Amino acid sequence: MSKAVYVATTMVAPRRAPVRMPGAWGFVRTRLLNSPTNILLTFACALLLWFTVIPTVKFLLVDAVWQGSDRNACLPETVGWPVGACWPFIQAKFSQFIYGFYPEAERWRVDTTFLLGALLLAPLLVPQLPAKAANAALFFIAFPVVAFVLLHGGYGGLTVVPTRLWGGMLVTLVVAITGIVASMPIGIALALGRRSSIPLIRFSCIAFIEFWRGVPLITVLFFATYMLPLFLPGNFTVDGLVRVLIGVALFAGAYNAEVIRGGLQAIPRGQAEAASALGLSWWRTTRLVVLPQALRHVIPGLVNSFIALLKDTSLVSIVALFDLLGQLRAAFADPAWSSPSTLFTGFAFTGIIYFVLCFGMSRYSLFVERRLNAHRRS
Amino acid sequence: MSSEARRPPPQFGARLRRALGGQAGWRGFALQVVLVVVLAWVAHAVIDNARANLATQKIASGFGFLWSTAGFGVSQALIPYSESDTYLRVLLVGLTNTLVVSLVGIVCATVIGFVVGLGRLSPNWLLARIAGAYVEVIRNLPLLFQILFWYLAVLAALPNPRQSIALFDSVFLSNRGFGMPKPIGTDALLPFAIAVLIAIGVAVVLRIFARRRLFATGQRMTIWPAVTGLLVGFPLLAASIFGAPLGFEYPVLRGFNFAGGLRVVPEFVALAIALSTYSAAFIAEIVRAGVQSVHRGQAEAGASLGLKRGDVMRLIVVPQAMRVILPPLTNQYLNLTKNSSLAVAIGYPDLVSVFAGTTLSQTGQAIEIIAITMAIYLTISLITSGLMSLYGARTSRSMGA
Repeated sequence: MSKAVYVATTMVAPRRAPVRMPGAWGFVRTRLLNSPTNILLTFACALLLWFTVIPTVKFLLVDAVWQGSDRNACLPETVGWPVGACWPFIQAKFSQFIYGFYPEAERWRVDTTFLLGALLLAPLLVPQLPAKAANAALFFIAFPVVAFVLLHGGYGGLTVVPTRLWGGMLVTLVVAITGIVASMPIGIALALGRRSSIPLIRFSCIAFIEFWRGVPLITVLFFATYMLPLFLPGNFTVDGLVRVLIGVALFAGAYNAEVIRGGLQAIPRGQAEAASALGLSWWRTTRLVVLPQALRHVIPGLVNSFIALLKDTSLVSIVALFDLLGQLRAAFADPAWSSPSTLFTGFAFTGIIYFVLCFGMSRYSLFVERRLNAHRRS
Repeated sequence: MSSEARRPPPQFGARLRRALGGQAGWRGFALQVVLVVVLAWVAHAVIDNARANLATQKIASGFGFLWSTAGFGVSQALIPYSESDTYLRVLLVGLTNTLVVSLVGIVCATVIGFVVGLGRLSPNWLLARIAGAYVEVIRNLPLLFQILFWYLAVLAALPNPRQSIALFDSVFLSNRGFGMPKPIGTDALLPFAIAVLIAIGVAVVLRIFARRRLFATGQRMTIWPAVTGLLVGFPLLAASIFGAPLGFEYPVLRGFNFAGGLRVVPEFVALAIALSTYSAAFIAEIVRAGVQSVHRGQAEAGASLGLKRGDVMRLIVVPQAMRVILPPLTNQYLNLTKNSSLAVAIGYPDLVSVFAGTTLSQTGQAIEIIAITMAIYLTISLITSGLMSLYGARTSRSMGA
């Protein structure tokens, strides 16, 4: 320490002991109104809420129009008051938002697939239920096959529904779930490869991961749509949806690889060393000892990357696929429903759908995280 | 008497095996050979197919197209650009537009993100709740959704230029974008700038003096009134002697749109708002995690030394939190830059929109164009992550000490 530094010789006066203020009024006084700055902040926040929440509620519920058959029902001139949400617009376009242009007679197939998926997914998410391995195998391996047969058709007397007729929620969920299911093995393989001691495998995995993580998803989708067809033999065409799925899976795989690598690094070396001392080969060590622990560690991280993937599915609308957001834009173009509040109504509806899905996933990941760390809590 | 340790035997075979195949030995080597063969085969097939496909579809190849005339207009160009310029120029225009919107987004996102992140940690219950709600709502909606929302719903709902919302008759907000006075330097700009520099210099010297005194005697000097007076008064004095340093060119309504002034296209406004609010939600979480990573004892020790809450935050918590915050923050900046490519959805002329969009559809040279686009983004992100790993190496060394 240099001699220029001042050292206090007197004690700082002790603070007054905090007074415990129980009850609601105590809460208000300690957490909202305990100092002039805080009073000001509270007041500003209340104003902010007043000017955001009240108009939103008014728009969505109070001033909303609930019934009607075309835009006239939502025009302020016919209704007589400044119109809020135009819910008849959603009612009219609802089936498009869910199925796209999937033929009406065949829509039971989409419903069945949704139902099957929900039935298989629900028990997988509840930790108390048994037979996780069989359940996971059913959902991750059997369900995609069944879903493909059901949705695309062409087998067992089901007529073929080409993917360009698919749309709305159907495409969003197909892209999201295929991306999640396909990106997991890719991510695991890349993560293991990146930690491999074999030089070329390690370098190619690093290059692959860094490449996909370094470019925006939209260029990946452009790559899949415009560049990939040029790389395949001339007589060999790939469906537009499948091309996008390949791009999304590789992209998400690279992100998952980094999450999984974090989990692999968190497992102490001793685990793998003990396994190899027991005589297990590298594959068995990885499969039986390291991976199960690592994957369990990174479930929250993986769910976060799944949320990002679900949000990113909206980008497929840029390469001419009609997912939920694409259908929404298509519905806006319908002159039969053009009214001052159509746009806001459409955004409110799709926004609620996206929010419920993503928020649900993030809450679930918090739940799993808390469960996994249960032993650490004091 | 001790003898020198004997050198270990050379074991050339084992070393070679390890270098070539890692821990897996010769099997690893064989695996690499297989990998190389497979990659070479795939590469060969891809090149072969691409060549055949290009020939049948009569698409030119090579980078010669970069020097041919583009022939389309771009709604916002920061470097001089006209329709007779080349595709290379288009690429540069797109790149500058991408960088500009990213930069604006980064600055705004950082400010909003820090405010929201610290707000979430505020002892004020209502503020913490509102900040939390902001983060949850924004994070759980797709970015493209938000961009379209701002562009299609909010900006389009603004009045047309004739009825635009005007602030002091100089800043105009309408559905055709955003207009504000364009500053033009006058002759008095130089003395004004010198006055500002002198004021800043004196303020810095004053601050150094105040710190020295604080360290020597423990007495805090209140310098902010002097500093503010200096920073405001001195330039004002210069302006009153030499005249106004800046003239303004105001946007004027002409026909159906504004002319003159500094005009910003609505696509830019929508994209910048959406990018900065979206990234701000993630930055807020990073800031919160960073501040929470600083041990409670640090803040308590600061408080027991008699520092005020603001001083504890500024002098003790934030400097330590920055070490944790900075790497993921850079990552967010990178994400924001990559996300700016969503501009293509609303037609803001960024790199992807004008180059991988319009240029691609005009020339059809998908391979070259997408490769260039990807290479540019890849370069940006590799440079940033390279710098970050250097930084990480430095901080982990200092933390290990």
